[in-house]
Amino acid sequence: MSRRRTTVYWTGFCVLMGLLIIAPLVLPEFWRRFLTEILIWGLLAMSSDILIGYTGMVSFGHSAFFGLGIYGAAAALLSVNPPSLLLALLCGLVAAAAAAAFVAYFSTRLRDIYFAITTLIFSQIFYVIIFTWTEMTGGENGLTFSRPPLAIPGLFSVRFTPDTLHWFVLGVVVLSYLLLRRITQSPFGMVLQSIRENEARTRAIGYSVERYKMVAVMLSGLFAGLAGVLYALQNQFAAPDFVFFLVSGEVVIFNVIGGIGTLVGPIVGAAFFLLLREGLSRFFTEYYLIFVGLIFIAMVIFLPQGLLGFARRWLNE
Amino acid sequence: MSPNGTAVQALVKVDDIHTYYGKSHILHGVSLEVGTGEVVGLLGRNGVGKSTTLKAIMGLVHPSQGRVLFEGRPITHLPAHRLARLGIGYVPEDRRIFRLLSVTENLRTGLDRHGVSKARKTALLEKVYGYFPVLAERRNQAGGTLSGGEQQMLAIARAMMLEPKIILLDEPTEGLMPRMVAEILRIIDVLHRENVAVLLVEQNVPLTLEAGRRIYIIEKGVVRHHAMASDLRVNDAVIHQYLGV
Amino acid sequence: MGIPIEQILIQTVNGIVTGMILALVASGLTLIFGIMDVVNFAHGELFMLGAYVGVIILAATGDFWIALIAATLLVALLGAAIYLTTLRPLLGRDPLYTILATFGVSLVLQNYALWQFGPAARKIGEPFTGQFTLFYLDYPWYRVVIALLSAAIIGALWLFLKFGTWGIWIRATTQDRVMAQAMGIPVPWVLTAVFAIGAGMAAASGVLFGPLVGVNHTMGVDWVLKAFIVVVVGGMGNLAGSIAAAIFISLLEAYASLWVSPAQAVIVSFVVLILTLLFRPTGLFVPTSK
Repeated sequence: MSRRRTTVYWTGFCVLMGLLIIAPLVLPEFWRRFLTEILIWGLLAMSSDILIGYTGMVSFGHSAFFGLGIYGAAAALLSVNPPSLLLALLCGLVAAAAAAAFVAYFSTRLRDIYFAITTLIFSQIFYVIIFTWTEMTGGENGLTFSRPPLAIPGLFSVRFTPDTLHWFVLGVVVLSYLLLRRITQSPFGMVLQSIRENEARTRAIGYSVERYKMVAVMLSGLFAGLAGVLYALQNQFAAPDFVFFLVSGEVVIFNVIGGIGTLVGPIVGAAFFLLLREGLSRFFTEYYLIFVGLIFIAMVIFLPQGLLGFARRWLNE
Repeated sequence: MSPNGTAVQALVKVDDIHTYYGKSHILHGVSLEVGTGEVVGLLGRNGVGKSTTLKAIMGLVHPSQGRVLFEGRPITHLPAHRLARLGIGYVPEDRRIFRLLSVTENLRTGLDRHGVSKARKTALLEKVYGYFPVLAERRNQAGGTLSGGEQQMLAIARAMMLEPKIILLDEPTEGLMPRMVAEILRIIDVLHRENVAVLLVEQNVPLTLEAGRRIYIIEKGVVRHHAMASDLRVNDAVIHQYLGV
Repeated sequence: MGIPIEQILIQTVNGIVTGMILALVASGLTLIFGIMDVVNFAHGELFMLGAYVGVIILAATGDFWIALIAATLLVALLGAAIYLTTLRPLLGRDPLYTILATFGVSLVLQNYALWQFGPAARKIGEPFTGQFTLFYLDYPWYRVVIALLSAAIIGALWLFLKFGTWGIWIRATTQDRVMAQAMGIPVPWVLTAVFAIGAGMAAASGVLFGPLVGVNHTMGVDWVLKAFIVVVVGGMGNLAGSIAAAIFISLLEAYASLWVSPAQAVIVSFVVLILTLLFRPTGLFVPTSK
């Protein structure tokens, strides 16, 4: 990539970072929360992009990873007193990883549509388990818990304020983005993209496609779980709704709207969709989702590469 | 215009068509004509664009430039199913019969058309079974259980169900036993007697020279030579030049 | 833990009844997938809209059977409209986009229903009451009739596919779309018709099922999942397989609800799916090809 493009990219990045950092100081509380939520959903969508955009595997299972991240964190925060941030992170990630391992196993044996439907059904399995196992998960009512302090054991411990929480989330999301970007540009990432382009040929060259796919699913699941943990921190409440397959559907919508294979696109897609939903719900309180759905369909037909699709090559260099 | 100067009423006229497959330029301006009831051969090595020419006529491939005319009217971008109804029959390379449908059902895909009386349909079916007694014997068998030669006959019989004015035949003898070649020749003769034009793409030069009246030779996506078959039978230097046989 | 034999037999009948309705929903789905390679996420919503249309027409005419037929036809037309506007433009593109498009359609239809009819459930009255004694229980005739009707509709579909001209066209299009076109079969219309038929079948199931539960805008969601499981277990595109799978899974769930709550009984279908995918991914009832 040319020097000029690199400079443009990083300048844009810094400007955006600057804006996001200042945001909580200038925005009213409602919009501050909204922005933080966009970042969290953006992270979730970004994790899904690893599979859809880079490996060519459509998954409707992200609600499972996300939901387990939330519930894992909830479990940690409810069972240990005083609540520990690190433990919450750990439990959430482990729970999501377990689900991801489960899905990863199947991912290698199924193609395309079958994989998509199976992941959907898996997220429903987790939904039913969480919904009905009321003693552990609170069932329909979910769980509420308190927010842990931002702490590194032995060093310091400080309570989160709305602003610092936002910055924490921002930090995690940005680090995730940079990490994922590094990964997708690495040889490993190149193999994934080769699998997306032509799986048979990749296999013929000698790569163990199964192993790469499994790692991709694990990676994707981990970051989705991370998004879940962040969500738990932000909202302090877990509910089975997040594990319902419709959430996975929304994640895929963010991906497509924003542009798959760009990492940043899904975040933009999440922002676009959430803003659209928010805006339309003010005008058409009862049936705004109808318009959201129609706009989505129109985008799928007329703008399939998504909002940032045109910049895909550029963003990946 | 045929090479010996007499004007030929063109049933199908292909006029300078160019086609692409992705970025590959396949046909670089192919032009040819087939007259009513005429048998025309299309020769050339593998991969020069013979099949693509047939597909372009059949509306299965859309030319980016040029026109295809049928009975004087442009048909260039019409969908294949309309062309079949207009009277163009297509017998592809590797036959592509409907393997899970019975022989009769295969034939019915072309037979069941609007505006054709039941009597006429029955007569047509019986006539075609008359030409292909082997198919009559196997009329309730699934297409996929037929031998290669029988499938080829089914593919041609199926196209005949459309009562077409021209049949596009793509390498009918490919993969068939040598004695089937005589069968193919007989069938082309049947079609000719029914006044159905035939555009025959083949690798088998002797068959093409025997069955066809006029021959086009294609190389690298363009028509390089055009002659009467009778001339080529005598003077085959051109054949050697372009096909190396 | 002895369960009286009568209960088991009653659950068998219940399982078969639910299975037949599920089979009807799933056949439409597998037809659409097998012939058009389209995963129709909106299928559950077509089921739901069928039920609602049934409610309205029943209220207007007082006749259940007219409502059934009208709902089927109207939703079939809606299906054709949906195909022409959202799926036709996507022909030839990555199948992911049809999944997304139908997902969008389901979003639109679900919320349209919520907007038009409100969140409260409606009821479709049974066309005839009356029960017969099945062991110690009074078993409603209506349930038996549903099963028979579903079977009849599926049977009619099978006959149509086997013998009619359109049946041949549909089967030819499934096997080789290009050659079907070359044979003069109007493939674009065939595809529209198939989608419409699938939609109509979903609607019919909705009306038939309506009297058993309340009609509300989310009723499609659960059925869509079950239907997908059935379609995968039965072998995608395999009509007979889906029917067998539907009954099989419904029976297992009916038996399971003798021990656990219905909400948990659905796990049975999930387990069947996983086992199928592990050991017989082409379909439980499909002979494994060499």
